[in-house]
Amino acid sequence: MSVYSVHARRRVIDVASKILMGAATLVGVFFLFWILWTTLKFGLAGMHWSLFTQDTPPPGTDAFGLRNAFVGSLILLGLSMLIGVPIGLMGGTWLAEYGFRSRTANLVRFINDIMLSAPSIEIGLFAYAIVVAPMGHFSAFAGSVALAILMIPIIVRTTDEMLSLVGSDMREAAVALGAPAWVVITKVTWKAGRAGILTGILIGLARITGETAPLLFTALNNQFFSTNLFRPMANIPMVIFEFALSPYANWQQMAWAAAFIAVAFVLVLSLVARSFLGKVQVPK
Amino acid sequence: MNGSDVAVQRGMRPASDQPKSVSRPWRLSADFLFHKAAVFAAFLAAATLFAIVIAITYDSWPAIQTFGIWRFLKSSEWDPVTQTFGAFPFIVGTLVSSAIAMLLAVPLSFGIAVFIAEIAPVWIKRPVASAIELLAAIPSIVYGLWGLLVFAPVFAKIEPWISDHLGAIPGIGSLFQGPPMGIGMLTAGIVLAIMVLPYISSIMRDVFLIVPSSLRESAYAMGATTWEVAWQIILPYTRSAVIGGIFLGLGRALGETMAVTFVIGNSNVLSSSLLMPGATIPSVLANEFTEATTKLYLSSLIYLGLILIAVTLAVQFLAVLLIRRLGRREGTLA
Amino acid sequence: MKFLRNIWIVLALATACSLGTYAGATLTGAGSTWVYPLVAKWAATYQKLTGTEVNYQSIGSGGGIAQIKAGTVAFGASDMPLKPEDLKAAGLIQFPTAVAGAAMSYNLSGIASGKLILTGPVIADIYLGKIKKWNDPAIEKLNPGLKLPDMNITVVHRSDGSGTTFTFTNYLSKISPEWKEKVGSNTSVAWPVGVGGKGSEGVASYVQRIPGSIGYVEYAYILETHGSYARMINSAGKVVSPTLQGFQDASAHVDWANAQDFYVILTNQPGPDTWPISGCTWQILRKNAPKETNMQVMKFFDWGFEHGQQMAKSIAFGPLPPSTVEAIKAYWKKELGYSI
Repeated sequence: MSVYSVHARRRVIDVASKILMGAATLVGVFFLFWILWTTLKFGLAGMHWSLFTQDTPPPGTDAFGLRNAFVGSLILLGLSMLIGVPIGLMGGTWLAEYGFRSRTANLVRFINDIMLSAPSIEIGLFAYAIVVAPMGHFSAFAGSVALAILMIPIIVRTTDEMLSLVGSDMREAAVALGAPAWVVITKVTWKAGRAGILTGILIGLARITGETAPLLFTALNNQFFSTNLFRPMANIPMVIFEFALSPYANWQQMAWAAAFIAVAFVLVLSLVARSFLGKVQVPK
Repeated sequence: MNGSDVAVQRGMRPASDQPKSVSRPWRLSADFLFHKAAVFAAFLAAATLFAIVIAITYDSWPAIQTFGIWRFLKSSEWDPVTQTFGAFPFIVGTLVSSAIAMLLAVPLSFGIAVFIAEIAPVWIKRPVASAIELLAAIPSIVYGLWGLLVFAPVFAKIEPWISDHLGAIPGIGSLFQGPPMGIGMLTAGIVLAIMVLPYISSIMRDVFLIVPSSLRESAYAMGATTWEVAWQIILPYTRSAVIGGIFLGLGRALGETMAVTFVIGNSNVLSSSLLMPGATIPSVLANEFTEATTKLYLSSLIYLGLILIAVTLAVQFLAVLLIRRLGRREGTLA
Repeated sequence: MKFLRNIWIVLALATACSLGTYAGATLTGAGSTWVYPLVAKWAATYQKLTGTEVNYQSIGSGGGIAQIKAGTVAFGASDMPLKPEDLKAAGLIQFPTAVAGAAMSYNLSGIASGKLILTGPVIADIYLGKIKKWNDPAIEKLNPGLKLPDMNITVVHRSDGSGTTFTFTNYLSKISPEWKEKVGSNTSVAWPVGVGGKGSEGVASYVQRIPGSIGYVEYAYILETHGSYARMINSAGKVVSPTLQGFQDASAHVDWANAQDFYVILTNQPGPDTWPISGCTWQILRKNAPKETNMQVMKFFDWGFEHGQQMAKSIAFGPLPPSTVEAIKAYWKKELGYSI
């Protein structure tokens, strides 16, 4: 084989592969824009002011309303944060401030990483088994428990990483002044790492906003407005699920509008989180 | 002194200064409570995994007792009328839809990762990387909605072409025959591929970027083409993490519920064609859980959940193991 | 950390709000998608009149039965009546709500609604997978004037546990021995062919979207979505359309008052104008649920029987005869020991 033909073959492979890889990127970006574009198009078409003032209408009317779903989702998210953030924050703190690189800590990190990608439907099953079945009925509380379990691994991981980045000079100064360990952690370390911790919380929120499977067997849905934590509660993902598969035109439009708002919410959260990440101090 | 405990742990004081056998006074101090709370939280976070496995195993026990393990895995009969249940169609559906997703997503992710890491000019890198990551931010139910209401009608126009051309190939032709419904196993696989694409490609991109430039530049200096550097230098070096990333994507594809439920067609009958509807374990759980009227029915569904979690846990265990292995190897040559 | 503290405050308020809502009564019901349009309409008006919210989730009859057995809802709605022995064993009672019918909805672009005529045996063969194309001789024989396309039939059925499925498969079992033997009749069966839609909404939706498809849906949904329905040949040999009269004719041939626990089946009833796939929805209550809960449920349905008839008829639900309503009230008194 002559040198030239080998050279030519390598050139051809190189150019062909560059084109294919560029095409692959185009495919990825194409689908992104397709999905976002259709969500925008159909979502805006379904937007009405009454979405925020009226509740979900029964079938067979022409009304538009999603108020109970918005409020319900906010309550679910809030309650999940109430359960998940303290556990996640304290868990991540233990890893970064007490466990360090010990075998136990690494084991906890390993298990946590597995939990990060656990199928959300399994977590919904678990929440059903430990909350809904003993309690005897579906509830927003059960839904929040399921969402919290999904949120905790994310917060643990980001808290762990962010607190580890905080320089030891500030800690040492606090200890030198005689501060007890818990004061050092809460008033110095947490404060220094707050941008990163907030980022983790926001990413966790973004993750659970669109999750439907955990709510299938826990919070269910509610066609009325309710703030009762121990009864089923309306929420955006379940409303999208129910309305999208229906044959009613106004329900389908509302499903898209809800999807648009959910996507917009998640994108805003992600952007805010990313801007926080920019403020995190990175060691040289 | 309480503050000194932390200091000693960090090794900030020389070890010789502190007697090793000092017994800390057991006091209900704020430090003590804080430490215990942190330990409890970390324990809770880790123990949840075991609690999930235990709870699901416990609830599937009646079905395990009735059907055993082997029989349940092999049986294709899912009949609530006669109360006979078998997992085979759902296991096949889960594996096939995930396999299609991986076959499509892995090469695409590799291409995207190499493009961002090696080929793209600097001003394209960040926007493209952010765009691909945005795919991960879209909620799975929006994927389902888009898949059913937008993609499926379009795909239904492409399906006749597929069944005419690919369906005519002897041997594998039967995989591609069927009416152009737009929904089905293939559609589910394609939607899943788009969903796991960002996860695999961002891991690949991250590890491709940390390959030491000394390695890459010396290869370029010897006249290697971009493709050769990617295939023969970067990939072998990051092999563990890449495989780990692929397993991570696989774990996600196996467990995905909402997107699949919308587009897979919900047929509990095994079919030889990818264009026909099917079902996966998550989709049958989503569809039938709230209606299981008998204890055995419910328990069989949870048994399916147990199989799923066993498979996904095994896959994720491998994924995390492999990704961490590269992290520890940073700085050493392959 | 001010952020976290504010979250705590907001949630304490939310919890306080939730405790406050115990004041207005809420009833949770779940089950049949068949009866959902009726219950939703009744509930909306009932809430305006009395303030009591009846929250009904249409998760399928199978779900309704499961949830009321588990006690997670106040009433379960099922289009499949539970047998008296099963009711007794589970400590439940049931009573009918209204009669309605299911029809075959199809998606054939050239053929307008009501033009296609089918029979029970032909439908059974379609759903068994024996008749695969629209221009099959069996279908052409029934529709001599129609030009049927050479298209595959995409069968749509329910993917969730459904009383509509029970009614449909009950009818098929009656008129097709092969169906009875191979598949049988229940809220969820092992379908030989087809695509599964979630809820009647899902089936109607798939039929709307997939050309050449056929599915069984409650007539109320077909009205709602302006879908195409097929006429059928009933047990008297006449071609009939799904109408309120047809459903009520089926109901007239049944002895409600003497049926134990109102266990009656309305499919394939005799009569010249009877619609073959007629059915009913039963509301199921737990005997040992709190008295207040059961009273609330009974009040709601009694109101519906009394004042909701026009609403029912407007969506093709046939009211029960007055004698049956009286029998229901007597049944409540007898089974629970108390009544409204």
